[in-house]
Amino acid sequence: MLELIIFSTLNGVLYGMLLFLLASGLTLIFSMMGVLNFAHASFYMLGAYFGYQISRYVGYWPGLVLGPLLVGVIGALVERYGLRAVHKHGHVAELLFTFGLAFIIEELVQMIWGKVPVDYRVPDALNFPAFTLFATNYPAFRIFMLLMSVAVFIGLLLLLTRTRIGLVIRAALTHPAMVGALGHNVPLVFMLVFGVGCGLAALAGVIAGPALVTQPAMAASLGPILFVVVVVGGLGSLPGAFVASLLIGLVQTFAVALNVSLADVLGKVGITLTRDSFGGDLWMATVAQVAPIIPYLLLVLILIFRPKGLLGDRDT
Amino acid sequence: MTGGALPGAPTARAHWLLWGGGAVILAVLPLVFSSGASLTMMSLMGFAIIFALSYNMLLGQTGMLSFGHAVYYGLGGFMTAHALNVVGAGRLPVPLPVMPLVGGLAGLTFAVIFGWVSTKRAGTAFAMISLGIGELVAACSLILRGFFGGEGGISTSRTKTLAVFGLNFGPQIQMYYLIAAWCLLCVGAMYAITRTPLGRMCNAVRDNPERAEFVGYSTQMVRFLVFCLSGFFAGVAGGLAAMHYEIVTSSMVGAAPSGFVLLMTYIGGVAFFIGPIIGAVLMTALQISLSDYTGAWQLYVGVMFVLVVMYAPWGLGGLILMHQPLLAGRTLRRVAPAYALVALPVAMIAGGAIALVETAHRLLVNLTEGTAMHVLGVSFDAKSPLAWAVIVVLLVAGVWLLQRMSPRVSAAYHDALQAARAAKGS
Repeated sequence: MLELIIFSTLNGVLYGMLLFLLASGLTLIFSMMGVLNFAHASFYMLGAYFGYQISRYVGYWPGLVLGPLLVGVIGALVERYGLRAVHKHGHVAELLFTFGLAFIIEELVQMIWGKVPVDYRVPDALNFPAFTLFATNYPAFRIFMLLMSVAVFIGLLLLLTRTRIGLVIRAALTHPAMVGALGHNVPLVFMLVFGVGCGLAALAGVIAGPALVTQPAMAASLGPILFVVVVVGGLGSLPGAFVASLLIGLVQTFAVALNVSLADVLGKVGITLTRDSFGGDLWMATVAQVAPIIPYLLLVLILIFRPKGLLGDRDT
Repeated sequence: MTGGALPGAPTARAHWLLWGGGAVILAVLPLVFSSGASLTMMSLMGFAIIFALSYNMLLGQTGMLSFGHAVYYGLGGFMTAHALNVVGAGRLPVPLPVMPLVGGLAGLTFAVIFGWVSTKRAGTAFAMISLGIGELVAACSLILRGFFGGEGGISTSRTKTLAVFGLNFGPQIQMYYLIAAWCLLCVGAMYAITRTPLGRMCNAVRDNPERAEFVGYSTQMVRFLVFCLSGFFAGVAGGLAAMHYEIVTSSMVGAAPSGFVLLMTYIGGVAFFIGPIIGAVLMTALQISLSDYTGAWQLYVGVMFVLVVMYAPWGLGGLILMHQPLLAGRTLRRVAPAYALVALPVAMIAGGAIALVETAHRLLVNLTEGTAMHVLGVSFDAKSPLAWAVIVVLLVAGVWLLQRMSPRVSAAYHDALQAARAAKGS
């Protein structure tokens, strides 16, 4: 039991931090432009694939730097030549544009790298168990993932709160017209934030690619979870996104590890249920099986009982 | 944006002509296209039209962007399949033509349940909730194997119901007429809804929710009502689909059909009632015929969608209907030279893009078929530098020419529009 708690906590925090790498960019972009970037998870996928492609030629570490940079540039170009052109048609058009973009990126990735997962390996320098606890090895690469995401989190925090550009960005979130009047190039700031947000997503992709599976479906499976994170945390709230990322990371990791069903619990108090009794599938489903729906249930509950999200200050 | 009505509201007589003409066309089509493949395609178009129009009740009429509309379509399909199995097993005296109602009622029921939660909010939050509910139901379909049938889905048979007038709906032609009848009925009903006070309030909620509240309407109630109605029609479409395929799998409630109905509706045009019909017909035809020619058809669909979002936000239907005033004012001829001029760069870009995608697809995916290519009537080698040079030249020159010429085209259009208005006014 203790073993399960320790490892699930570690993995949950790790998954949560990865989610936050994505959610932070998404939230910043949303607060600035009012557009939820549907393609955000696609940039995460692009990051993983770029990292993989670069790692085949020059190894993992250059990919860790070059992949996110490339994706960041692509993101900035998308903002400059795509989103900005659609902006005049309103927010729905912007959302639809990113939706179409996600569709295209998935098709292109399938075309270039195929439909089956690619063999994106953990670099040799980190391919050893970091520690052994209760006869279970914990890979060093996971520790690296955790440290990386924490480092990026701290860096982002410092950038936003302690630097001049962070000040301009935070001001542009709430008063873009005033910031523009003070002589700052607000469209350029938007482009930079979009590019950096996409770059962060790609960084998460390069970090997560070797540990999770790098395949064309990775964007479509992560994207909805990401939206759950930003809505549960409160649209536009960075601290909220942080709390919600960790919450969802932990909840999902623990749920997957629990092999208990309602029938088991009721069996303890003397009610026997089998697959044949009424609503059988519902009683027999273990917590691990229902793990995929927990985030969405959380989303619906939050929207009913606390529409602002956990730490949001504006109504969604 | 004219919402539900076509520009220049048709008179009662024109209405009868339009609907009567539609019915006649639906009745005559199978005589013209009588092959099995075209019958199947027209059947698919029938329920795609209902599905797309039901989606447009949300997106186009009320301004609610949903990413989970397939939930009601799919659940309607599953309920219809289960009902068909119950009817077939028990030999109940229920004829097949009323079975889509089961799907509709299922869609309505689930729309009442989920709509109560999701229509509390509008805009981006609504879109996110619809996405969440869509994922929720899709994930549930893997857990509740009894209802959703697991990997294999639920199969059914439409011929075991009560036969009326000797029709057992085994042959596809009978199924086509059933779908066509339901399609006409649903299209008529959905058009009628746009003419009711509720339909008008939907447009008001879309355009200015604050003022709608001031007039005394609850925007949440309007959203909820239209969401339920839309769920009903989506369920009818799902029921017809279940009857057509005679099998329903869990992919029917998933993200793919939800995304496809959005593409279909938006490409057709959300601002006009007829837009989604155009979109449904076009996209179904593309889906079936393009997938025979190319493995990259989804890429074309995606690119087309993004182009429509960027350059033609009123969709293909909007592009067509914006020429109606010119036709009425007899000034359509004036735009012809400009359109002919711009046709060249458009053809160059399209040709270059298609060649690029096809060549890349061959080199990356289908290299086992060799590098000899045959695209748009031209044969070439996928690895020859000349082919790649031609593609690049076509694309670059096409884009450059188009940029030079597009101001002239829009000027010609506006001149013709002015002239048409002047002719009307005099």
